[in-house]
Amino acid sequence: MYQVGNLVKELSDKHGRARESLMPILQGIVERHSYLTDEAMVEVAKELDISAAEVYGTASFYTFLDTNVRGKYVIRVCKTITCSMKGKGEIIETIEDMLKIKVGETTSDMEFSLIETNCIGWCHKAPAILINEIPYTELTPEKVVEIIKGYMQKK
Amino acid sequence: MEKRGLYKVDLIFEKVDPKEVLTQAYNMKSEQIIQQVLDSGLKGRGGAGFPTGLKWKYTAAVKEPEKYVVCNADEGEPGTFKDREILDKVAYKVYGGMAIAGKAIGAKHGIVYLRSEYRFLLPQLMKELESFHKLVKGIGYDFRINYCLGSGAYICGEESALFESVEGGRGEPRNKPPYPTTSGVFGKPTSINNVETLVTAMMIIKHGPESYSQLGTKDSRGSKVFSISGDTPIPGIFELELGMSVQEFVDEFGDGDTKAVQVGGASGFCVPRKRFQYTVIGFEGVPTGGSMKLFNSSRSMYNVLHNYLDFFAEESCGQCTPCRVGCQQLLKGVEKVKKGEVKATYLNELLKLADTMKVASKCGLGQSVGNAFRTIVENFREEIIY
Amino acid sequence: MISLSINNERVSVQPGTTVLDAARKLNINIPTLCNHPDLCVAGNCRVCVVEQTGARTLIAACAMPAAEGMDIHTNTLKVRNARRHIVELLLSEHRSDCTKCYKNQKCELQALANEFAFGDTIFLDLVEDHPYTIDRSSPSFIKDDSKCIHCQRCVRTCFELQHISAIAVANKGMHQKISSFHDRPMSHVVCTNCGQCINRCPTGALVEKTYIDHVWDAIYDKDKHVIVQTAPAVRVALGEDLGYDPGERVTGKMVTALRQLGFDSILDTDFTADLTIMEEGTELLTRLKKALVDGDKKTAFPMFTSCSPGWIKFIEHKYPEFLHNLSTCKSPQQMFGALAKTFFAQKMKLDPSGIVSVSIMPCTAKKYEADRPEMRASGYKDVDYVLTTRELAIMIKQAGIDFRNLEPAHYDSIMGDSTGAGVIFGATGGVMEAALRTAYELVTGREVPFPNLNITPVRGMEGVKEATIKIEGCTKDWKFLEGAELKVAIAHGLANANKIMKQVRNGKSPYHFVEIMACPGGCLGGGGQPIPTSMEIRKKRMKAVYSEDEHMVLRKSHENPDVIAIYKEFLGKPNSHVAHELLHTHYVERESY
Repeated sequence: MYQVGNLVKELSDKHGRARESLMPILQGIVERHSYLTDEAMVEVAKELDISAAEVYGTASFYTFLDTNVRGKYVIRVCKTITCSMKGKGEIIETIEDMLKIKVGETTSDMEFSLIETNCIGWCHKAPAILINEIPYTELTPEKVVEIIKGYMQKK
Repeated sequence: MEKRGLYKVDLIFEKVDPKEVLTQAYNMKSEQIIQQVLDSGLKGRGGAGFPTGLKWKYTAAVKEPEKYVVCNADEGEPGTFKDREILDKVAYKVYGGMAIAGKAIGAKHGIVYLRSEYRFLLPQLMKELESFHKLVKGIGYDFRINYCLGSGAYICGEESALFESVEGGRGEPRNKPPYPTTSGVFGKPTSINNVETLVTAMMIIKHGPESYSQLGTKDSRGSKVFSISGDTPIPGIFELELGMSVQEFVDEFGDGDTKAVQVGGASGFCVPRKRFQYTVIGFEGVPTGGSMKLFNSSRSMYNVLHNYLDFFAEESCGQCTPCRVGCQQLLKGVEKVKKGEVKATYLNELLKLADTMKVASKCGLGQSVGNAFRTIVENFREEIIY
Repeated sequence: MISLSINNERVSVQPGTTVLDAARKLNINIPTLCNHPDLCVAGNCRVCVVEQTGARTLIAACAMPAAEGMDIHTNTLKVRNARRHIVELLLSEHRSDCTKCYKNQKCELQALANEFAFGDTIFLDLVEDHPYTIDRSSPSFIKDDSKCIHCQRCVRTCFELQHISAIAVANKGMHQKISSFHDRPMSHVVCTNCGQCINRCPTGALVEKTYIDHVWDAIYDKDKHVIVQTAPAVRVALGEDLGYDPGERVTGKMVTALRQLGFDSILDTDFTADLTIMEEGTELLTRLKKALVDGDKKTAFPMFTSCSPGWIKFIEHKYPEFLHNLSTCKSPQQMFGALAKTFFAQKMKLDPSGIVSVSIMPCTAKKYEADRPEMRASGYKDVDYVLTTRELAIMIKQAGIDFRNLEPAHYDSIMGDSTGAGVIFGATGGVMEAALRTAYELVTGREVPFPNLNITPVRGMEGVKEATIKIEGCTKDWKFLEGAELKVAIAHGLANANKIMKQVRNGKSPYHFVEIMACPGGCLGGGGQPIPTSMEIRKKRMKAVYSEDEHMVLRKSHENPDVIAIYKEFLGKPNSHVAHELLHTHYVERESY
């Protein structure tokens, strides 16, 4: 869990407090913290003068506005047909083995989350993943290990 | 059928001098711009295929000072990645197309709705935008573009769902009428166009409509950028004339063992080998936003169908009954048929359901689920059952 | 005018009319589900799809504006196939336990299934695939997601009519559901228990929590003395669930029925409504004196009525900084509850521990109110069970009573007498009118200057009503009010309450006294009233309320002999120490989500 502090106010000052400011504000929080806590959503609701249920209802519609706890690096593995054909299964197994978590879970040090996602637009270089907003394509199990090692060393 | 052949085109990625084209367009009247686009026969390149000239004409006709040009960069159709390339390589042409659209319809505001999966492009896109703004201001345009980001929802590629998202809501498609041309984003007249359509429009202004309309066929004028993937030795992005047959396409891109081609992504049609030579890639045959997936004989079409249905069951916005429940029924249905837990004849009931979804769903997503379902079930029935 | 053809019959309609309404003009019935007269168009259930010649797909009649030259067919093969499928699809995601469901025979999905989808089930059951939750956390209602058909009527009600949005649509696709803030139990969020969502839910997904069996148990228990009080709005709507048309007054028969059910004392909430006027009127005048005579600038204005528990929970969550503006008076239900186990017990020589106090309410929030921990002034739970109007109708049917042919009867005495001022509490503006009838006369010695005491400016269905009353010719004690202009407002439906409160928050509220009812129309449109509801039905009930008032002998609260007696014998005077102990309360700040 993180403390949302002044972030909501800052984002509201930047994007405004109208209903159309909701998406950029939620995106701003997720950019900083990977997911939305209840506290964050309540703050946004207060700032924009809409109900907390409305904020939750809107956020939960969008796959990238997670209301579940996520780690610092969210690994999204594409599961749509071409990536599926080209070896997404192996990629997932590799990551699961390396990080000792299953799809949908987060490492206990809160560094990595592993989830599946739908087509991310790299079908000609499948299998592909996103780690936060960065795409990695033409993956093999060996490549994936290297990439994640790189993130682990980022501290 | 006349063998047309496969013709490569270099239009979308062709380097142009934006100042030249935009100045040219600036000095044209709105009606002239619209007429050129109409004459070219250009239809929307996102998949829905509405005549672009008509769309601009209708929006221009509405008397309202606040109008919008929206660039639909929410490319999410499985197998489509051409818009990403276009934004990566020639973003300035996308912006140019928007400015020209703005001139045509009388809009001062532009919005690019970019899917979150392409967020990594944002820094360079913003840099190009800065240059663009300087350029058009210098020419005399009163036109500014802002970015709105998606957050992971395929349905936001549907025009009215996109507007809902821009306005800060869930991406739930609206009732139509009213149509975007009269009431779009923020309730204002809006022309929403695909990334490729906008670039094409700019090129039509540059080269004139005649040369564009020479390409393609009577019903599918012009060229298109195709996203090709799957069992092919040369996956990638190719710009080709419309109107070729699937056979001609497979001859060029297949791996020698192609058993099916999915034209138009998960919401498109599956063309089996026996129909390759009879099927035209274009609005008169199988329309497409450009997604082309090749499957060879090693692939299980049951897996393919299951993958698509799973996709739709998740990505449906969920508001209307035929789509929200229908997708689940189709998915669970094929699973049960495969496992032998229901009779194989249940597939016939599901085909009827797919027909209902086609006519009763609130938006294009629900209406298109049946396309893949019907074409795969009808042509690969044994693979579904056994 | 626009001319179109439906099933080969021509009809002309105003621009903007939907195909659905155009068909209704021709008495052609197109089935609907997500459509509701009180709410904006949704167009999501697709039950109303019809065929438009030349269109690529079927169109939703509720959402499609009629256009010149349209050719519509409502019963083609395409339409019938689609409609059958749509109902079957809805049934497949709905846990059908009709025989045991509270909405059995009153469910709109059931009616559609009976019309379009009887026979073999076509599709697979999807209920088993979804981890449904049944939320029983609130004392007022049950939210059963396994019966939800996603029409979103409840969400639209909570947003459009009540401006609370305690529930919203969450997730998407097959995981889409109607949810509170992050799926929290309904008792832990901003929900006010107003029950407007229940009134509009087509299935059994939202129903009140019933206490019928508890009440029967109490009635059968020979050691218990069961008292029942009936709210003003019940008597003008109970008939609707017993075969009457909306707007019929069934007061006398209701009393007889209650006696036949086995209640020991049949008493009237209207009595404590009159009592509330005495207490609240005095409270208002005291505040005015404090402000105008004592110069206490901190006196909180406007003063708000406090008899609507949905409104109370609303202000506790959304505007807690203004709790001291509320009147400290309890609602008539709770005043009654406190007196039943003290004053009434004494008068009737009953052991209060043997009294079971039941109320019949048009309201679901009252169930929550009775459960509030501070409502134990008598030393016991002041009101033991609250039944909605709907629940009473069920009990009457269960007892096999032939309601129509009952002889009307009168309430018991001591706490059964009431005036017209008490009964008009059931309509929006009623509390204000009752208060003015008494306060004005108290201050000036004269009756309110309106023919027949009908203060029409505070009546009607407008969302926010305003009035200014000039006070002239005051008696000696009230000279400080001479020439004052009392500004009052009346709001019903929480969307309008929100409007008033926003004004107060901005420091721009011009009012001294504001009546707020959580439900559209006031209590007569309450969450516990017979279903269906519509503006038309609520207007008919309103007419009945004022008609009931006109037919009463006494029309002013301070003339109620039972009220005069209770002050003489028990309470002393309004706002006395005893009155404060039993009849006044305090409020709680709550979270905003």
